[in-house]
Amino acid sequence: MVEEPPMTEREKILGRIREALTVDAPHPGTHGGHEPAFHFKGRPVQVAQPWLPPDGSTLEEQVARFRTASTELKTDFHFVESAEAAAAVLARIRDAGHWRRVATHNGELTTTATAALGLPVLTVDGGYDVNALEACDAGITECDALVAQTGSVVVNSRNAGGRALSVLPPHHVVLARREQMVGDLTAAFALIKQRYGADYPSMISFITGPSRTGDIERILVLGAHGPKQLTVICH
Amino acid sequence: MTAPVQDFLVQARIVARDLRHRGLIQRALGKYEVARDRKQAAFGSWQSARQAAAETKWDAINHLDQYLDQFAQRLEARGTKVHWASNGAQAREIILGIIKSKGAKSIIKSKAMTAEEIHLNDAMEQAGYEVVESDLGEFIVQLRHEPPYHIVFPAMHLTRDEISDLFQRKLGSAPTNEPEELTMIARRALREKYLTADIGITGANFAIAETGMISITENEGNARLTAALPKTMITLLGIEKVLPELADLALFLPMLATAGAGQTMTGYNTMYGGPRQPGECDGPKEFHVVLLDNRRTELLADPEQRDALHCIRCGACLNVCPIFRNVGGHTYGTTYSGPVGSVITPHLRGLQDWKHLSASSSLCGACTEACPVKIDLHHHLLHNRRNAATGKPSVLERLAYHAFAFVANRPALWLFGKEVARLFQPLHVFVKGSYLDPARPWTATRDTPEMAPESFKEWWRNRR
Ligand code: SF4
Repeated sequence: MVEEPPMTEREKILGRIREALTVDAPHPGTHGGHEPAFHFKGRPVQVAQPWLPPDGSTLEEQVARFRTASTELKTDFHFVESAEAAAAVLARIRDAGHWRRVATHNGELTTTATAALGLPVLTVDGGYDVNALEACDAGITECDALVAQTGSVVVNSRNAGGRALSVLPPHHVVLARREQMVGDLTAAFALIKQRYGADYPSMISFITGPSRTGDIERILVLGAHGPKQLTVICH
Repeated sequence: MTAPVQDFLVQARIVARDLRHRGLIQRALGKYEVARDRKQAAFGSWQSARQAAAETKWDAINHLDQYLDQFAQRLEARGTKVHWASNGAQAREIILGIIKSKGAKSIIKSKAMTAEEIHLNDAMEQAGYEVVESDLGEFIVQLRHEPPYHIVFPAMHLTRDEISDLFQRKLGSAPTNEPEELTMIARRALREKYLTADIGITGANFAIAETGMISITENEGNARLTAALPKTMITLLGIEKVLPELADLALFLPMLATAGAGQTMTGYNTMYGGPRQPGECDGPKEFHVVLLDNRRTELLADPEQRDALHCIRCGACLNVCPIFRNVGGHTYGTTYSGPVGSVITPHLRGLQDWKHLSASSSLCGACTEACPVKIDLHHHLLHNRRNAATGKPSVLERLAYHAFAFVANRPALWLFGKEVARLFQPLHVFVKGSYLDPARPWTATRDTPEMAPESFKEWWRNRR
């Protein structure tokens, strides 16, 4: 910092901000002398949970919520009893989609599941050719969590094969275990913090449904740029 | 009169009478309202959640110096280069500098309203670079050399046939009236670009101070690809995007999705905390974050309207605004249109040229009601009107009021005037709306109410 010129743009901007903040602004909801309905003790997000969309306390409830929220957004969700049943679902999807090659990353669930498909597999760990990945029919990943409240899948660049695997191929398949189901976003962020707080992956993504757009007359079209299909298989 | 106000009036007159436009907007926004109401109802308490969101942003904005500093330090600690730009020119220079130093040729961009604000695309194109917008709506308006119509739905003003014609002309595709087919045409055209682009430029919806991350909300996956494939990633964002903690997103992500598009959750909500880290298999080698002031600190200095910086650009206030729905997004002539644009543009671009925007409101308060972070939008518009009304009224205006006061204070004269008016009203139809009509500005687009056969006073008297 010593070799920097006396007044950097950073200092100028921060200086202007400090100057501006010498005058206090009223709290939200105090317009025209009214007091706000209530004051928060601590951080608002800590008390906001009951005001948000519902989560679900038991696994059954959570699975039901996840199913409702995710299928509304066209996720293909399978909740099955065992690893074998999950493998059978994956095989069915392979046949229905006429897959010729798939891409994945090394992982507890992905490695065995993709090996069982009997197809050429591109494993992205340690680097890959983008054109080869683009040519794959599906990207198969694991995840950090499934969020019941919103029907979202949480992936990150360290344990789900980097940044592109979950968006470049036309079909994204997520393999998950039932322990990975969490109630809501608050729980998901708590989990992320606990797991990676000391050293976050460079990307964390909440994926809710396949890629979609409504940019033409607000009509829903799937597969705008990312995957046209998103399948979640949880056992 | 200044140029922006003239443009506004001319455009507004044209668009408000365009039935095609009206139909398109009413249909799209009608659908939006139904979906949004349904999603709001799924909240435990949407109103309390709004208060929580508003307080969170209040905390962020009123400690902006600390949070911004923390945000920048955390990013830098993990290998991101953070740049600070006081104005648009500096931001453009920084970004062009990065592009030049990389010897880049082609650039892929995902949606960023801040880039529109500083006319980044023009600057890059003038410097000889190929820039492609990857968001479908932005891609369409870019092909038309138009600014986005709406901050969330950029191509909302176009029909599928117009888009098909555009693609035929610009991309040589076959005509179709299927939105699905049109989307696939764009997908194919853009895939190519992702794979070859040297630089990816994005905006950001939130900046997380606690962890030093930016968060991008999108449905298409185009920002995900923009941040994954090119070797260099640049993110441009306004300094007001800050949120204190990562966990705050648990509140803001569903609220943004609900208020913005009537969704539970937007398709991709992605947080980026740096370039590719050790042990990761892809991602950009370099990550640059450009923080833009561009007179936001001036808005910050006004404690009364500081909360306008709480805006998360969800677009809800535009969607419900009767003025926006009638005059359309382009009429404003600003980067940010609708109620929030009318509030902040006079601050960001000068009160004198843009004060007319404060009058582009019916003061119905629908915007304030819709805003997920409870910005007092219509009060601010009123406040701006007051600030703009510094000069004395014109001679004509004063004369008119004097004349009115004179007549109103003399009952006999008033009565006489009323009888005359009643006598002559049947003749009004012959001049209504024409240049002979003294009330033309009002009657040109409105029906004249029929005068009642008897006044209230007469009715009261006869009733006894
Ligand atoms: S002012 Fe409020 S409603 Fe309007 S875009 Fe900003 S956050 Fe949304």
